[in-house]
Amino acid sequence: MITALVRPSKIDAVKTALVALEIVGMTVSDVRGFGRQKGQVERYRGNEFTVDFIQKSKIVVVVDDTKVETAIQAIIKAARTGEIGDGKIFVNSVETAIRIRTGDRGILAI
Amino acid sequence: MAFVPLVSGGFTPLTVFDRWRRRFLAGVHDPQLRRSAFVMIGIAAGLAPLMAGAAHAALPKAVNDGADTLLMLIGSALVLLMTPGLAFFYGGFTRSKNVLNTMMMSFFLMGLIGVLWVVIGYSLAFDTGFKSPFIGGLGSMWMNGVGGEFGDAPLADGFNLSASSFALFQGMFAIITPALISGAIVERVSFKAWFWFCLIWSLLIYSPMAKMVWGGGFLGPFGSVGAIDFAGGTVVHIASGVAALVAAAIIGERSTWPNSKRPPHNVPFILLGAGLLWFGWFGFNGASMFAAKTAGYPFLTTTTSASAGLLAWCLIEWFKDGKPTAVGAATGAVAGLVGITPAAGFVYIPQSILIGALTAIACFIAVQVKAAIKFDDSLDTFMVHGVGGTVGALLAGLLAAKSLVPADYFPLSAKILEEGGNGGLFLAQFKAVLFTYGFVGLGTALILWFLKLFMPLRVNENDEERGLDFVAHGEEAYDPMTN
Repeated sequence: MITALVRPSKIDAVKTALVALEIVGMTVSDVRGFGRQKGQVERYRGNEFTVDFIQKSKIVVVVDDTKVETAIQAIIKAARTGEIGDGKIFVNSVETAIRIRTGDRGILAI
Repeated sequence: MAFVPLVSGGFTPLTVFDRWRRRFLAGVHDPQLRRSAFVMIGIAAGLAPLMAGAAHAALPKAVNDGADTLLMLIGSALVLLMTPGLAFFYGGFTRSKNVLNTMMMSFFLMGLIGVLWVVIGYSLAFDTGFKSPFIGGLGSMWMNGVGGEFGDAPLADGFNLSASSFALFQGMFAIITPALISGAIVERVSFKAWFWFCLIWSLLIYSPMAKMVWGGGFLGPFGSVGAIDFAGGTVVHIASGVAALVAAAIIGERSTWPNSKRPPHNVPFILLGAGLLWFGWFGFNGASMFAAKTAGYPFLTTTTSASAGLLAWCLIEWFKDGKPTAVGAATGAVAGLVGITPAAGFVYIPQSILIGALTAIACFIAVQVKAAIKFDDSLDTFMVHGVGGTVGALLAGLLAAKSLVPADYFPLSAKILEEGGNGGLFLAQFKAVLFTYGFVGLGTALILWFLKLFMPLRVNENDEERGLDFVAHGEEAYDPMTN
């Protein structure tokens, strides 16, 4: 399972890159947080607000072990700008997967 | 007389009520007196300076003019829309857990004050029963005798609009004025306290203010001060601004303030609200001309001032912080509209641009000062409406054109302008502003201290943290699980 936190503006590029690798399912959510980028300063009526939690998109995609490295490279290629705030990728293993409609288990269900 | 019993002679609840009402109101109800109200009020008030002024005020006998009355009706609809507009304007600034409560503090008043105004508010502001320069009377309660049998009776000599459309128009002002106050005290005030505060404030502060400035009373051109206020610089904006300042001071700051300030939760709401306010302000200022033929200038000055305010605010931000902001554009436009309100029909176009720009600059500085001293007037009600109204009222004195302050309608003010020039009128404006600060400030404080004896003015800290949408109304504005 690959969990990628990327800039919201890069979500379409990441999706396109993953679909090109025939990875046909993913879950996306809007999240807020901060890392090295810290927050951003916004001004309303001339007063500064420091917004600590800034918006990111979280993509969760479960892939076959053989595809993990290519998927990671594809995400990096699509989401990278080189500036602070490009996001992070986490990888962990999944015990099993089940497709609700058919009851398929394991690799069939991905 | 507008009320015909359904069954004559019988004792239905309706006829009993009607008899009671007629007997109760018999003494103070005199349509003859009301017909020449604007001249008579002055004499009834028994004020010497006014007598001198009243000599000029031989206004022609009026017939109801369809176009003038239509202006008032359209104006009323426009001004009504300002209240939901204000709800959006304020609602955008708050946190998402408080947006419904914030909007209800304005929206609800379309119910409360809407009824209160026709029942007694209008009478206290524009009736002449008490023969006082500070408060109206009880003779026009339930719109008794206002507008005659078909609602087409003219307001008074020299005014070609129907009394009923005038009463409606004024009612819209009565609704939005307390709504403006809410901006200073959102996200912490108890809705029950807000209900009672608005009810009492409207009767004891707003109606007397309207009487004193527009109803031929103490502050206005038929009274002793002779100040001019075209559409509510003192009555609406200074009054609501000062009340907001006092209320914020007495109720206190939000428990999370200033340590965890949050940015506005919905900036598009703020722009939507400001747009609706601007649209409605055409009625607020434009229709306050009371005459369709000459309403062109107040319509024009209203919009040019708003444009100048928007531009000034954005340019300041652009130079100071590098970027013009959307919230700044909305705030600057509202500041320009507030500034031109007392002057809209008394100045020409170039002056209106000056007023808009100067008001926006003054409000911008005021907002920075508020932030620096860490005072929790949450949505800058005093900083925009109080400061903007004050600057506008004073500039109205300095910039008013003699030709636009006719002696027939503004006897004392025209006399001041003739003898003392704009400096003299500035002084009159200054006195009126000072009086309004004192009267409204003290009155608001007394009302809040009185209410505090009976109920808590604010919700407890847990409820504040939970969010007032759920605590006060049992609703949430944005439910993420609606499928």
